[in-house]
Amino acid sequence: MNMDLALNTFFAESRELLTEMEAALLNVLDDVDPTDDINAIFRAAHTIKGSAGLFGIDAIVGFTHVVESVLDRVREGTIPISRDLVGLMLACRDHIGMLVERAAGETSDTADVDEPELLARLSAYLGDTPATPAAASAGPADAEPGLLGHWHISLRLDESVLRNGMDPLSFIRYLQRLGKVACVACCIESLPPLPELDPEACYLGFEIGLDSAADQATIANTFEFIADDCSIHILPPGTPPSAYLDLCRERGADPADFGERLARCGTLAPGELEALAANPSPHALQPCADEPRDAVRTDASCPPPAGKPRAAEETRTQEGHSIRIDADKLDHLINLVGELITASAGANLAARRLGNVELQECNSQVADLVESVRDSTLQLRMVKIGATFNRFRRVVHDVSRTLGKNIHLVVRGEDTELDKTVVERISDPLTHLVRNAMDHGIEPAETRIAHGKPGHGTITLDARHDSGHIVIEVSDDGGGLDRERILAKAVQRGLVEAGRELSDAEVFKLIFEPGFSTAAQVTDLSGRGVGMDVVKRNIEALRGSVEVSSRPALGTTVTVRLPLTLAIIDGFQVSVGTSLFVLPLDMVDECVAYSAHADHNYTDLRGRVLPFIRLRDMFSIPGPASARQNIVVVRHGDKRIGLVVDTLLGETQAVIKPLSRIFEQVRGISGSSILGSGEVALILDVPALMEQASHSPPAEHSRISA
Amino acid sequence: MTNIRTLRLDGELTIYCAQETHRQLLQTLADQASEGGPQALEIDLSGVSEIDTAGVQLLLTMLRYAGAHGVNTRLVRESAAVAETMTLLSLDGYLEQRAHA
Repeated sequence: MNMDLALNTFFAESRELLTEMEAALLNVLDDVDPTDDINAIFRAAHTIKGSAGLFGIDAIVGFTHVVESVLDRVREGTIPISRDLVGLMLACRDHIGMLVERAAGETSDTADVDEPELLARLSAYLGDTPATPAAASAGPADAEPGLLGHWHISLRLDESVLRNGMDPLSFIRYLQRLGKVACVACCIESLPPLPELDPEACYLGFEIGLDSAADQATIANTFEFIADDCSIHILPPGTPPSAYLDLCRERGADPADFGERLARCGTLAPGELEALAANPSPHALQPCADEPRDAVRTDASCPPPAGKPRAAEETRTQEGHSIRIDADKLDHLINLVGELITASAGANLAARRLGNVELQECNSQVADLVESVRDSTLQLRMVKIGATFNRFRRVVHDVSRTLGKNIHLVVRGEDTELDKTVVERISDPLTHLVRNAMDHGIEPAETRIAHGKPGHGTITLDARHDSGHIVIEVSDDGGGLDRERILAKAVQRGLVEAGRELSDAEVFKLIFEPGFSTAAQVTDLSGRGVGMDVVKRNIEALRGSVEVSSRPALGTTVTVRLPLTLAIIDGFQVSVGTSLFVLPLDMVDECVAYSAHADHNYTDLRGRVLPFIRLRDMFSIPGPASARQNIVVVRHGDKRIGLVVDTLLGETQAVIKPLSRIFEQVRGISGSSILGSGEVALILDVPALMEQASHSPPAEHSRISA
Repeated sequence: MTNIRTLRLDGELTIYCAQETHRQLLQTLADQASEGGPQALEIDLSGVSEIDTAGVQLLLTMLRYAGAHGVNTRLVRESAAVAETMTLLSLDGYLEQRAHA
């Protein structure tokens, strides 16, 4: 059996469970009926503990057990759910997450600084209840003798249990964590003669005596995984002997044999059961004796944790709908599809050169299919942004507590899909933007009320698709950016000449300059002046762009635009001289014939001024311009710009290959692509070109706006 | 009568090779019968690296069945893995070391 594989599944599932747990924790206070959330929280902790136990990861089992005990009480209603408790549980969730990552070898962080403190806070909730603290320290050795009780567990296994991949031994081994397994009596009377034995069926049963301080639920939960494959009775300390007689009858065992087994387990005195069977004790007939007996019996067929069977069902249906795939395998597939596109373009070209109509037809069919394959393949990597957005509920929850501000988070467009790589790499910059908005954007409640705004601030995360890009907006309803202060700071830092007129957009863009912070006060969240420039750099590394708009007293919106995918794009191919360029097709608005004054950098597009860039000049391409140049009008956000090129070559599928590091500094090029002919085309970085255009020398600038 | 056969079980004694072990046990008993009736059998467990419920069940069935057919069967030279599991299940009385102790 491949344990590594199983372990990896455990880690992946734990991470998912922790995410669910977090979501439920953040909802639990807001929901009218928190039962589902509480169950989800409990289930996450419980499942992680159980699985960790199977793998023998004691650190996780020990800590999670205490968490689970508290949660169990919350579920019972003994401990009310409160803001404090949610805060504590979130901290515990993080700690479990850290333990899981450590077990996975993802982090070498071995500091256990939080654990004693968390445990202390948890035990405050448990109070002096005897059962849990002993088990809490996760070692039978630590169990206080005074609290130990003798439990009896009677287990009969179904034939199918081994075939279902369960080894009952591992559960008995696990019991050793809960206390001391006094004795196990193997029930072998169902064993068939050797020739008739089906070696893969299970015929065994066990009577187990357990000295443990754990509670009934904890012991019952041990057997959760085989609950469907066995019949189990758990009899707590102090169960009257008559209950054992009932058990004996139910098992169809001879009282003498059964009594001997119970005696071996240390549960009853030798001969006690036999005597009882021969002479039914008077208290077995008393109604009060029936009550505890029924109460203590825990039938595995109806386990106490409510909501669990449903959860199992859900998991099962989900499994039917999706499969886990290694990201590497997907990447490999996408690489191959990329090669396929290039090869198919090559075949197309060759067919056209040969002039064979039949071959060309076949090729175009192949090309259509390749395109569908490309789209479906890229779709495989698409994930909804909702999961990432939901992480910010936690960020907002934590940060608003730290800052002492009351801030709500509104999430829109969670179903918007984008490439997994993009999602992963965007979450850090987004976190920064959200924190910034909370820290600097939202004013203190008094100021807000004084301005006639509601006392609680609102942060909005919004995602939508727009022409081949995903647009993510982080907005706050705070005080807006302080234009004058930004300008003053910029002048002070020598970023802007004093007295120069700048538009609002230009001023706001300054906050993305390295080392720029206007925060009057440095908090531990933001305001150190590292951040916005890093945010911008990260987003640009994803071929995206970021903009900020702000209105005094109404709030600030940061708009991030990102390409949907990083691997393959629909491109529009153009040439200048002998150089080939590809533009992302989604950005191309239209193409018009070149007509402009030779020394102007703008043209008249249906009565409106359209600034343009001559690619020939921009990239210093030698040779005279062709007689009939064209202008490709490209759009990014609400800005449009023209690119002057020699020839329009039409649509193409471009597999994006990154440029080598030597070309890192080259502005206006975001990658390269190999065409069917084997030639290399450069992919133009439209946002960077636009930037360049707006940074053109002031003289020209004034001429354009003239 | 003094002829003691030894059956050595190696590697995993688990559900994964339960079928094969089952055949091996039956074969041993068949061989023994063809050689003229009840004799003593020692099952050497020194090479067993891992044992699970299926393995324990096979050993118990073998002991019971062989015993009922007059073959005096003992488990000998148990490996650490076997000793640990049998002790856990309070079955260590079947083991050589405990039996001798």
